[in-house]
Amino acid sequence: MDTSQLAFDDRPSLRAALVFTVFVLLGCGLLYELAGTALGRVLFPHQAQGTLIERDGRVVGSTLVAQPFADARYFQPRPSAAGYDPMAVAGSNQARSNPALRQSMAERRSIVAQREGLPESAVPGDLLTASGSGIDPDLSPAAAAVQVARVAKARGMSVDAVQALLRANTTPPQFGLLGEPRVNVLELNLALDAAATRPE
Amino acid sequence: MIELLLVFALAIGLGWPLGHYLARVMRGDPTPLDRVFGPIERGVYRLLGIDARRGMSWKGYASAFLLSNLALGVVVWILFMTQAWLPLNPDGAPNMSWDLALHTMVSFLTNTNQQHYSGQAQLSYLSQMVGIAGLQVITPMMGLAIVVATLRGLFGGREQMAGGTAATPTDEARGERDVGNYWVDVLRATLRFFLPLALLWSVLLASQGVPATLAEGPTYTPLDQSVEMRSQHVPLGPVAPMVAVKQLGTNGGGWYGPNSAVPLENPTPLSNLLETLAIILIPVAITFMVGPLTGRRKLTALVFGCMALMSVVSTGAALWSEAYSPTAQDAALMEGKETRFGASNSALWATLTTQTSNGSVDSMHDSLAPLTGAVTITNMLVNAVWGGVGCGLQQFLVYLLLAAFLSGLMTGRTPELFGRKIEAGEVRLLALLILLQPLIVIGFTALTVALPAFTGNSNPGFHGISQVLYEYASAFANNGSGFEGLGDGTPWWNLTCVVALFFGRYAALIVPLWIAGLMAKKRVAPTSSGTLDVETPTFALTLVSVVVILTILQFMPALVLGPVGEHLALTTAGAAIP
Repeated sequence: MDTSQLAFDDRPSLRAALVFTVFVLLGCGLLYELAGTALGRVLFPHQAQGTLIERDGRVVGSTLVAQPFADARYFQPRPSAAGYDPMAVAGSNQARSNPALRQSMAERRSIVAQREGLPESAVPGDLLTASGSGIDPDLSPAAAAVQVARVAKARGMSVDAVQALLRANTTPPQFGLLGEPRVNVLELNLALDAAATRPE
Repeated sequence: MIELLLVFALAIGLGWPLGHYLARVMRGDPTPLDRVFGPIERGVYRLLGIDARRGMSWKGYASAFLLSNLALGVVVWILFMTQAWLPLNPDGAPNMSWDLALHTMVSFLTNTNQQHYSGQAQLSYLSQMVGIAGLQVITPMMGLAIVVATLRGLFGGREQMAGGTAATPTDEARGERDVGNYWVDVLRATLRFFLPLALLWSVLLASQGVPATLAEGPTYTPLDQSVEMRSQHVPLGPVAPMVAVKQLGTNGGGWYGPNSAVPLENPTPLSNLLETLAIILIPVAITFMVGPLTGRRKLTALVFGCMALMSVVSTGAALWSEAYSPTAQDAALMEGKETRFGASNSALWATLTTQTSNGSVDSMHDSLAPLTGAVTITNMLVNAVWGGVGCGLQQFLVYLLLAAFLSGLMTGRTPELFGRKIEAGEVRLLALLILLQPLIVIGFTALTVALPAFTGNSNPGFHGISQVLYEYASAFANNGSGFEGLGDGTPWWNLTCVVALFFGRYAALIVPLWIAGLMAKKRVAPTSSGTLDVETPTFALTLVSVVVILTILQFMPALVLGPVGEHLALTTAGAAIP
């Protein structure tokens, strides 16, 4: 049919607006969300449920969530502005010109230097700074390397053995191209615990 | 660096076919897919009670757009204020206060996704899945529909633009031209283009570890028994589908508070690449849609050329400032950043999310180097580097009209665009639109900074001013990112931002459509040797210069008081950078 024969449909239609609202909220909102969720769950069940780590049938954590570590026998993650609480994820939102940021960086610097027996200038930057999410599960290889000696001593392991575990748990850039090399702190610490219980 | 090249190569490589497909969808060409989508569309048209063959004048189109927004807005506002009494609220989110609910509703209705609340705690699953997700899907397609209607108007109406020589259908009484049918445009774009793409992205993201579940997340005891924290609860949910639409539709509002910095929302470098690509994919595809839609291939070259030029400059500046300039040596470099992304991926995301009106983040913008902050604010003030889905091209058309007007005056000819004269009526509307931005952004910034009780900034000095400027620039640009340390959950912030959001969306979309409606009715002057040819490199540079000069004239003083001042203070103090 020739459209030029039809008059314009310019009168605002309340019915169209209301039905459209229902279409948007239930069709584009609810139905789409359910479809996307179902597809994800069916195709990638492990990833879709939080990439959880289980030991002896018990959930001990997620590769995607940093856990707090204080014991000298463990590698320690980056500082968190959220107290490592996944329910309260947050960055510090402090600007580089903010004296409060400089002060907390100076405090972290002396704590880390003392803990690892390093000169203050050798502390890697990611151990001085809070991550964006507050649950960054990774360390840069440099930030993990400075902790090796302390962990080895606390566990009575050889530095070489800890170093080998660190190397095994270092993730290179994805496909050798994307992102930065990194160490998942929780996985590394789990590997350390596993090595301790395994008879030599 | 490799990510930068990959993102641009993939955006162009995928944007090209997507743009051509989009042009077919918006033209209403028959395709093999009609067998799938045709019956669904006809069913929805019947429920809406509309005749899909009938067109609208620009006024009818604009009022259908406004009415659909009003209806959606009222329902979603009520939903947010009553969510505690409604089903699907496992975490017991309380009802939102009226002003926070109003700001949240307007923010999502305007494709902005500025968040003055924190996702998991203050919205129920129902609000997220129905209200937020529904708006995140439909608002980018509304923007697309409006810009397509505007293009039709600029070329004298739907039939004329399709290259038809037949008389353009007119409403005889008023001499208006047909710019399309709003309902049909929005529904076709949503069903045939946006939802399938979003589902694909949702699955890709789920494969990398973005949660897709309705089950409650786990609670466990941390491995190290010596820490104070006794248990950790991981919040999950139907995150992947939402993240897909928030990235693709220049929305930006995430499931978790710190958005795509959170490993659950952006787990791997590959997911980061996919999400970064999604930020610019549809805006780039739209530039490739322009040519086939209007039948002027060279018009795509103009739009793409100008936008790509601005994008390359802005991306280069952000990368240099964050990852390669002397300030990148600062030990605070990784503050607010994630290890798996590092500085250059964070800078790439920060600039692309503001070049478009996306507003999602994978690092905290508050902690970026001051000059990177300046780049992001400038991007939002221009708001047409790529721009939001639809709104970016709409803003570009404003600059195009201005540049054509100025060029006409400079060459001493009657200014015209595509053969139609640009006269006093159109220029008055253009001037109004251009003046709205500094009035609202600078006006509110000055007022808020002058009233310390209302400011709520979390950083002292120059950066405190940047935080306020960023928030209003982001609201008016419908971007939605923020210097998030700002204490912005107050009635003052909610209400002033609602004003900025409102004008930033509705004035910026409807005024150009209005102008196109006026232009559509004019007689076309025959092309002559004196006709201004807009599809040339010379004109493209003129257009970009207009953008740069306008932005600098209006906002340079404010930028100097904020990020530039902070940068100078940091670098000259010296001692601050150990």
